Amino acid sequence: MSYFAAILPEIILTIGAIILMMAAAFADRRAVAAISWSAVILLIAATVALIGAPTHAGPIFGGLISADRFASFGKVVIFPSAAVAVLMAHGWFDRGTEHANEYPVLILFSAVGMSVMVSATNLMTLYVGLELLSLPSYVLASYRRTDERSAEAGLKYFVLGALASGILLYGISLLYGFTGTMSFAGLSAAFAREGIHSLGLLFGLVFLLSGIAFKVSAVPFHMWTPDVYEGAPTPVTAFFATAPKAAALLMGVRVCVEALGPATDAWRQIIIFAALASIFLGAIAAWGQMNIKRLLAYSSINNVGFALIGLAAGGAAGASSVLFYISVYVVMTLGAFMCALWMRDANGEPIEDMASLAGLSHTRPAFAAAFAIFMFSLAGAPPLFGFWAKLVVFNAAVSAGLLPLAVAGIVGAVIGAYYYLKVVKIMYMEEPAPAYARVREPVEGLVMFACALIVSPVGYLLIGPLGSLADRAAGVLL
Amino acid sequence: MTGFPVLSILIALPLVAGLLCLFVSANAARWIALLSTLAGLAIGIWMWIAFVPGGPQWQFTEHVALAGNFSWALGIDGIALLLTELTLFLMPICILASWRSIQKQVREYMAVFLLMDALMVGVFAAQDLFLFYVFFEGGLIPMYLIIGIWGGVDRIRASYKFFLYTFLGSVLMLIAMIYMVATSGTTSIPALMAYNFPPEVQTWLWLAFLASFAVKLPMWPVHTWLPDAHVQAPTAGSVILAGILLKMGGYGFVRFSLPMFPDASAHFIPLMFVLSGIAIIYTSLVALVQTDMKKLIAYSSVAHMGFVTFGLFAMNRQGIDGALIVMLSHGLVSGALFLVVGVIYDRMHTREIAVYGGLSNNMPGYALLFMLFTMAAVGLPGTSGFVGEFLSLTGTYHASTWGALAGTTGIILSACYMLWLYWRICFGEARTKEAAAMPDLSAREWWLLGPIALAVLWMGVYPESFIAPMRNDVTYILQRVERVAPKGDSLPTAGKQALKISGSGAAHK
Repeated sequence: MSYFAAILPEIILTIGAIILMMAAAFADRRAVAAISWSAVILLIAATVALIGAPTHAGPIFGGLISADRFASFGKVVIFPSAAVAVLMAHGWFDRGTEHANEYPVLILFSAVGMSVMVSATNLMTLYVGLELLSLPSYVLASYRRTDERSAEAGLKYFVLGALASGILLYGISLLYGFTGTMSFAGLSAAFAREGIHSLGLLFGLVFLLSGIAFKVSAVPFHMWTPDVYEGAPTPVTAFFATAPKAAALLMGVRVCVEALGPATDAWRQIIIFAALASIFLGAIAAWGQMNIKRLLAYSSINNVGFALIGLAAGGAAGASSVLFYISVYVVMTLGAFMCALWMRDANGEPIEDMASLAGLSHTRPAFAAAFAIFMFSLAGAPPLFGFWAKLVVFNAAVSAGLLPLAVAGIVGAVIGAYYYLKVVKIMYMEEPAPAYARVREPVEGLVMFACALIVSPVGYLLIGPLGSLADRAAGVLL
Repeated sequence: MTGFPVLSILIALPLVAGLLCLFVSANAARWIALLSTLAGLAIGIWMWIAFVPGGPQWQFTEHVALAGNFSWALGIDGIALLLTELTLFLMPICILASWRSIQKQVREYMAVFLLMDALMVGVFAAQDLFLFYVFFEGGLIPMYLIIGIWGGVDRIRASYKFFLYTFLGSVLMLIAMIYMVATSGTTSIPALMAYNFPPEVQTWLWLAFLASFAVKLPMWPVHTWLPDAHVQAPTAGSVILAGILLKMGGYGFVRFSLPMFPDASAHFIPLMFVLSGIAIIYTSLVALVQTDMKKLIAYSSVAHMGFVTFGLFAMNRQGIDGALIVMLSHGLVSGALFLVVGVIYDRMHTREIAVYGGLSNNMPGYALLFMLFTMAAVGLPGTSGFVGEFLSLTGTYHASTWGALAGTTGIILSACYMLWLYWRICFGEARTKEAAAMPDLSAREWWLLGPIALAVLWMGVYPESFIAPMRNDVTYILQRVERVAPKGDSLPTAGKQALKISGSGAAHK
C-alpha cells in the first residue's frame, strides 16, 4: 500500500480531474470560476502531498516509476506553474470562449502526464507520461478553434508532435531490441557492460534524444515552437513554455544521466550541438520579431540551450545545474507571459504587437518595471536572479572541463541580450502609445509581483535552499 | 561581521532611498536623493577618518555566508577607500546637476541614479569574486536606462552600444572567474590575490580579464562606445561614466590583473605599453579636431586612461601611485569638465564649440573655474593632474623610455586641445548673441563646481593625504609583481671597460 502513498499527488490529480470533467460536462458556463479554483486547489493539494509522500529511494511498481527526490523537485516546479496557467486563463476565458469549463481539466490531465514523465524510470512509462501530456496539449493549442491561427497551431503541434512521438518510439524499440530491457537501471547496466559499440544502440540513443529534443524545442527540432506559441491562446502558451518544458527537460536529464550515464561520451556531443544551436538560433532569430509571443518563443528556445549546457556537463553536478536553471527559468517565463497577457486594448482584446508597448513606463510604470525586470533577468544581466541561474550552468560546464562550450554559450547570451533590451527600449525610450486597458485581476497581479520579487536581487537569498534542493534531487540519479 | 556594517549601510541607504523616490512627487524625489547622497557622503567622511592607514590591509570587513562559497563579503583597502570616497563625493553633485535639467520622469531618474550609487560602492567594497561581478555588471542596467531614457537625440543607439559592448567584455571575465574558483576553491578576492596560478593558465585568465577591463577603462581600440555614450548621456550620467565607471577598469587591473596574474601581466607589458601609447597620442589627435565639447572631453578621457595603464604596468611604486592618482584626479577633473559643459548646455542647448566664445566677458566666474579644470586636465603643477601624470610618467620612464616618450607627447597634445578649447569658448568675441547674453554661474552651479575645484587643488598641493592610505596596498602589489617587474632601459648600464693604459703593465715585464 505504501506504493500508493508514494504516488498520492498523481492520485489526487487524476481522481480530481475525472470528477471535474464530469462537472464541466454538465455544469453551465457560470461554473467556470468554481472549476478553475477547484483545479488550482487540486494542484496545490498535490504539491502539499509531495511533502507527506514517503520518498522511496528505489523504483516502485516493478521499476516503472520512482517517486524520488528528483521527481519531487520536478513536481514542485510543475504543479504550481500549471496552477498559474489555470489562473491566467480564468480572466482570459471570461469573454465568451466555448468550453471554458474543460480548460482546467485538460491542464490537470497534462499535469498528471508531466508528473509521470519526471518520475518514469522505464521507457514505457516515460512514453505513456509523454502522451498523457501531449494529447491534452494538442487540444489546448487549438482552444480558440474559430481562430485560424489557433487551429493552425493545434494542427501543427499535433502533426509534428505525432512525428516526434514516432521517432521516440522507434528509438525506444531499438534500445529494447538491442539490450532486452526498458528499465533505466537495465539500460545503464547494458551500456556499462557493452559500451556503445553497437550501431543499433547508437541509433536508438539518437532517436530517443531527438524525440526529447522535440518536446523541449531544442534546435534542430524547434520549428513548431514559434508558430504554436503564437497561435495558441496566451495562457496556453505560458503553460507550454513553462511546465511541459520543465518536465521534458527533467525527463531528458533523467534519461541521459540515469539510463545513459555510462554512455555520456556518446550523447554529450549531441547535447552540446543542440545547446549551442538553440542558444544561437534562439538569439538571432528573435531579433526581427515584433510579436511578443513569437519573441518569447525564441526566448524559450534560447533558454533551453542554456539548460542543455548544464546537461552537457553530465553527472550529478550537471543535473543539479539544470534543475536550478529550469526552476528560475519557469519563474521568469511565467512572469513575462503574465505581462504579455496584460497587453489588451480598450475592448479587452489581446494585443501581441510589441509596438503597442511603446512608452509603457509613462502609462503603467509598475507594469513596465515588472516587464523590464523579467526581460533583464532573461537576458542574464546581474543583479537579477536570471544571472545566477546562468552562472550555475556555466559553472557546471567549466567544472566538467567544457571551457570552449561555456565561452561559446556566453557569447550567445550577449547576442540574445539584444532583443530583451529591445523590449525594454520600446517600453522606456519611445513615445507613449495608447494605453492598455486596466486589468482588474488581483490574483494575477499578485502572481506577477511574486515572480518579479523572486527574480529581483531578493532571489539571491534562495541560492542556498534552492541549490541544496537541486543537489539532493540530482544526487538520486547516480 | 566585525563592528558596525558601514559598507552595507552605504549600499543599502541609496537602495532604500531609491525605492522611496518611486512613490513620492518629483520634487520630493529630488530632495530624498540629495539628502541620502549627502548622508552617504557624511558616512564616507567618517569612514575616511576611521580608516587606519598602515593598519590591517582590509578594514570595515563584513562576512555573511550565503550559499556554497558565495558570500556577502565586503571590505576595503586604501585603494578601494579612495575610489569609494570619490563615488560618494560625486553623487550629491550629480543629483544637484540634474536638479533642473531633468524634467521628465524625475522619480525614476532619481531611483535609477541611487541604484547606480549602491552598485558602484558595491564594486569597490566587494571581497567576493561573484559579488564583485554582480555589482560590476549590475551597473549596466541603470546606466543603460540613464543614457537611453534621459539622453540626447541619438540616445538609443548609444545605449545599446554601451550595454552590448561592456556586456560582451564582461562575460568572458565571468568564465575566467568560474574557472578561477573551480581551480582555487575560493571566491575570496583577498585569498585569490595571494594565490599563484600556473603561468600558462594566467595568460588566458589575464586575457579574459583584459577583455572586460579594457572595454570598461576604455583602452584603444575598444574605446569607441565611450564618445557615443558620453555625448548622448545627460550631464550627470557623463559625470558618473567618466568619474567612476571608467575607474572600475583601472581598479580591475590593480585588484585582479596585477596581483593575481603577475606573470601574465609582465608577459603582456609590451602589449599594454603599445596600446597605451597609441591611446594617448591617437585619441589626443582625435580630440583636437572635435567640434562637440562633450566628444572632445570624452576622447581626452581615453587619452588620460592611457596614463593609468602606463603607470600600472610599469610595475614600480611611482608608476602605480601615479596611476591611482590619475584615476582619482581624472574622476574629479573630467567630471568637473562635463559639468562645465553642462552649465552652458543648459543655457544654450547645444554642445557645438563654434557657437560660444568670449564667455570670460559675461561669465567671469565660469571662466575662472573652467580655467582651473582645464589646467588640471593639462597637468599644470599645483593641480591634481600634474601629480598623477608626473608620477605615472616617472614610473613609465623606469620601465620603458619609449613609453615615456609617447606619454609626454600626449601631455603636449593635451595642452593643445584643452587650451584651444578654452580659447574658443572663453576668449575672443562672442560668436552668437545668445552666448553673449548668458548669465554667470548660479549659486547651485557654484556648489557643483566649487567643491571639486577645492579637491583638485588639495590633491595637487598635498597629494600625500591621498597617497598615504594606499601606500601599504601598493607595497603589497609591488611584492606580488616584484619577481617579474621589468628592469627597464633607463638605468645606467655597465659600459665598456675603461681602456687599458698601455705601458705600465708592460714595463714591469
